Amino acid sequence: MAPEAPEAPRQPPWKAHIHRLLHHRLFLLGLGLFLIVAVVALLAPWIAPQDPNKLAMRFKFRPPDGDFIFGTDNFGRSLWSRVVWGARLSMFIGSAVVLINAIAGTAIGAAAGYFRKLDNVLMRVNDALMAFPAVLLAIAVTAVLGPSVNDVIIALGIVYTPRTARIVRSSVIVLREMEYVQAAVAAGAGHWRILRHHILPNAMAPLIVQLSFLFAYAVLTEATLSFLGVGAVPPTPTWGNIMAEGRQYMVDAPWIVAIPGVALMITVLGLNLLGDGLRDVLDPRLRIQS
Amino acid sequence: MSLLEVRNLTTAFQTGSGEIAAVEDVAFDLNPGEILGIVGESGSGKSVTALTIMGLLPRPPARVAAGSVHFDGEDLTHLSDRRMQHIRGPGIAMVFQEPMTSLNPVFTIGNQIMETIRAHERLPQRALFARAVEMLEKVGIASAARRMADYPHQLSGGQRQRVMLAIALVCRPRVLIADEPTTALDVTIQAQILDLMLDLRDEFGMAIVLITHNMGVIAETADRVIVMYAGRIVEEAPVAALFDNPRHPYTRGLLECVPSLTTERERLIAIPGTLPEPMRRPPGCRFAPRCRFAAPICSESIPALTEQGPGHTAACFRIAELPAV
Repeated sequence: MAPEAPEAPRQPPWKAHIHRLLHHRLFLLGLGLFLIVAVVALLAPWIAPQDPNKLAMRFKFRPPDGDFIFGTDNFGRSLWSRVVWGARLSMFIGSAVVLINAIAGTAIGAAAGYFRKLDNVLMRVNDALMAFPAVLLAIAVTAVLGPSVNDVIIALGIVYTPRTARIVRSSVIVLREMEYVQAAVAAGAGHWRILRHHILPNAMAPLIVQLSFLFAYAVLTEATLSFLGVGAVPPTPTWGNIMAEGRQYMVDAPWIVAIPGVALMITVLGLNLLGDGLRDVLDPRLRIQS
Repeated sequence: MSLLEVRNLTTAFQTGSGEIAAVEDVAFDLNPGEILGIVGESGSGKSVTALTIMGLLPRPPARVAAGSVHFDGEDLTHLSDRRMQHIRGPGIAMVFQEPMTSLNPVFTIGNQIMETIRAHERLPQRALFARAVEMLEKVGIASAARRMADYPHQLSGGQRQRVMLAIALVCRPRVLIADEPTTALDVTIQAQILDLMLDLRDEFGMAIVLITHNMGVIAETADRVIVMYAGRIVEEAPVAALFDNPRHPYTRGLLECVPSLTTERERLIAIPGTLPEPMRRPPGCRFAPRCRFAAPICSESIPALTEQGPGHTAACFRIAELPAV
């Protein structure tokens, strides 16, 4: 009889990860900031019942006070309503882009990494797309598709999928050569079974980390696009177009620009802290020693 | 008829400096229930032979340049991927050297054993579980049902190799190829795993190809032995004949390298030099540059295997002139 192995803690790895995440302070701070924005976005119809597009010229340029907690803009619209509904849009676009990326990026990355014959074709197209600056490519795509929320999502999906695909591909290339993959082939497993069971589950950690940062990029780039006027069409409130409209009045009514800016900062900061925490726990090799 | 018939097998790799044959002209038979040992130094082509049989070498760069591998009447070197998937597992299974990295770290061992069965048979979950537990018990894992929920990092090296055996054997293969199954393990665990393989051979009646560089392992377990050097078979013999009457100078050298408790010998006799790299193999007999008995003829052409006794062949021009052992 073989000597018993020393008893390691009997829990699946993911439980250990969650335990460590719950003790990671910056992760918790990031999660908190992100959750604030996410909850506000979800509850928008209840906490901001005022129509974000309702014009009320007699209330224009009201600074934040008891009636309008975030003040009003140049058309007298409630900035609270506009920023809250803008959060809803940002969260929706961010989630949709992350979802598209998770699916398309994983599929392309796994195919390129696992099937060597596809690698060259897929990765050269990938490289071509990655060679463009993100915002420029997104502008080009929306210029073709036309400015609307769905088209922004498609554009951001196209812009960021190559990055995700590259990360998945590099994990897959490493995992493909693992002995347990060879052992699975030797036991008669087919390609699909090996990808699904042996390769993708092990490639999840870097992907999850990447997706959390990607959410932040998507929100930021969406704001940039609507600031530049190629995102969702006004009067649909987005943080980007609120800032774009408020820019002219920045000296007299600084809150119009500042408030969506702070909201954007909180979201991006929260997601970055969250991503850092996930990376520390799930993929410690990537941690940069400071 | 033999279960596995390897004929004139040559496996070549495409490299930057041309095509290089890692294995040349290898031929052997494997009968049901037999244990065939393949010995040789690192780089002698043992593993490439095994991986060629399994069809596990990446193509390209590898390719079967000549010869055939017949299993059950089918030539494995010409099978489609799909057909080969059905052979791997229930037909021929394989155990690897590194038990530490041969298990998937993110799944429980139970899950991995059941997954292997699932690749070949449709069974209800309950039956899958029962069969996996049964197999774990057979390979000597204590409290198997509880151990099913363990992750690989919770097991010792010996236990992992047992699990690897369970995964390889759960589809009841007719041939098991074990590529240095005990090299990474402690000596005491090595003996246990070898005993286990012998027991399982008796129980399942499968044939085993045991690849190793350890002469002691061969002496303990194999029925018949093939000695490989630089990609070619230099000697093949029943295990007793090989140890009592080694014919090839390389086999003699290998046996002299094994420390002995019974003979009074002060130092081990090492074979001078090293295995030639595949691209710098000498013309003629591959072993000639390192051979004490080499003559001019040895570097002119490659010696063929010649009959030395019942089931005993060796490839050396100078066998007749060699001193007795």
